Amino acid sequence: MKTRFRRYALFALVVVADLFLSWQYPARGSVAMKSSLDYLVEMFLFIPPIFVLVGLLDVWVPRQIVEKNVGPDSGVRGVVISILVATAAAGPLYAGFPVADALLRKGCRLANAVIFLGTWATIKIPMLMMEVKFVGLPFALLRLALTLPAIIATGYLVEMILKAGEPGRFAQGAGEKNY
Amino acid sequence: MLFNIVLYILAAVALYISFRRDRQKTKKALAIAWNSFRNLIPTMLGIIGLIGLMLALVPREVIAGLFGNNSPAGILLISLAGAVTLIPAFIAFPLAASLLQSGASVMAVACFITTLLMVGIITAPMEVNFFGKKFTFWRNAIGFVLALVIGGVMGVILQ
Repeated sequence: MKTRFRRYALFALVVVADLFLSWQYPARGSVAMKSSLDYLVEMFLFIPPIFVLVGLLDVWVPRQIVEKNVGPDSGVRGVVISILVATAAAGPLYAGFPVADALLRKGCRLANAVIFLGTWATIKIPMLMMEVKFVGLPFALLRLALTLPAIIATGYLVEMILKAGEPGRFAQGAGEKNY
Repeated sequence: MLFNIVLYILAAVALYISFRRDRQKTKKALAIAWNSFRNLIPTMLGIIGLIGLMLALVPREVIAGLFGNNSPAGILLISLAGAVTLIPAFIAFPLAASLLQSGASVMAVACFITTLLMVGIITAPMEVNFFGKKFTFWRNAIGFVLALVIGGVMGVILQ
């Protein structure tokens, strides 16, 4: 109960801030609440199907398939698959968190999960199209060319750091968490 | 919007096929979906509220105002702004375009875009929920450093 309460702490804080703002600066307060409501609607529009897909992935995709394609021994192939799958994604990064989490629980290599998130955040195709339209092809292409190696490096670095430390969720053999 | 429709159709078709093949498994999948959704709600509500506050307190003009200064300190400030804020791509890229047109340096704009995309301070609580503090810290810290490098190189090449 106490932890449950604590999880709403951030939300409670925001509500208090919103109320204070509306009281002191009504115009800004209403902008804040209106933007939040817009976002809430947007989230509720795309979050449910993503969770349904994650649930289906959990029960239907056998561990071996995830392990074989993006697991610890998947090498370059695993990196390429992680990037290709994530470029096809759309929606903000926080929609990618549950997907990466499900993949990790199915035996995805940590580096590949980080690469997947990095790709989702930075170079997914719908985003690149918008980038080309607004800031031009050279900007977009150069950013793509520099971001790809950066994402891969981040994946391996995060994996090295987390695996080197004390036993935790991402230590060798961990990562399986049952609901 | 189109993306949402595609996503819903995809989920509905997958659910239908799953249900036809195995009701029990489908029920389990929906239970998993519901549980993860419920777990996410408290943090999600908090983050949505934060985004709203941010948009109200730091309007576009304030962000645009940061771009007058192209010294290393100015660039760093812009990058920090990029790391902290969460702006959807359909606002960020038009904003970047208008900043470039009004004379902001490519390096500053590039650093803003790369840190915006590679570092998510506002979504960090959600990331911690899923992957833990250490994961979140390192993924974002490394992302920030590399975002600065990418922005810097882009600024030099595209000058």
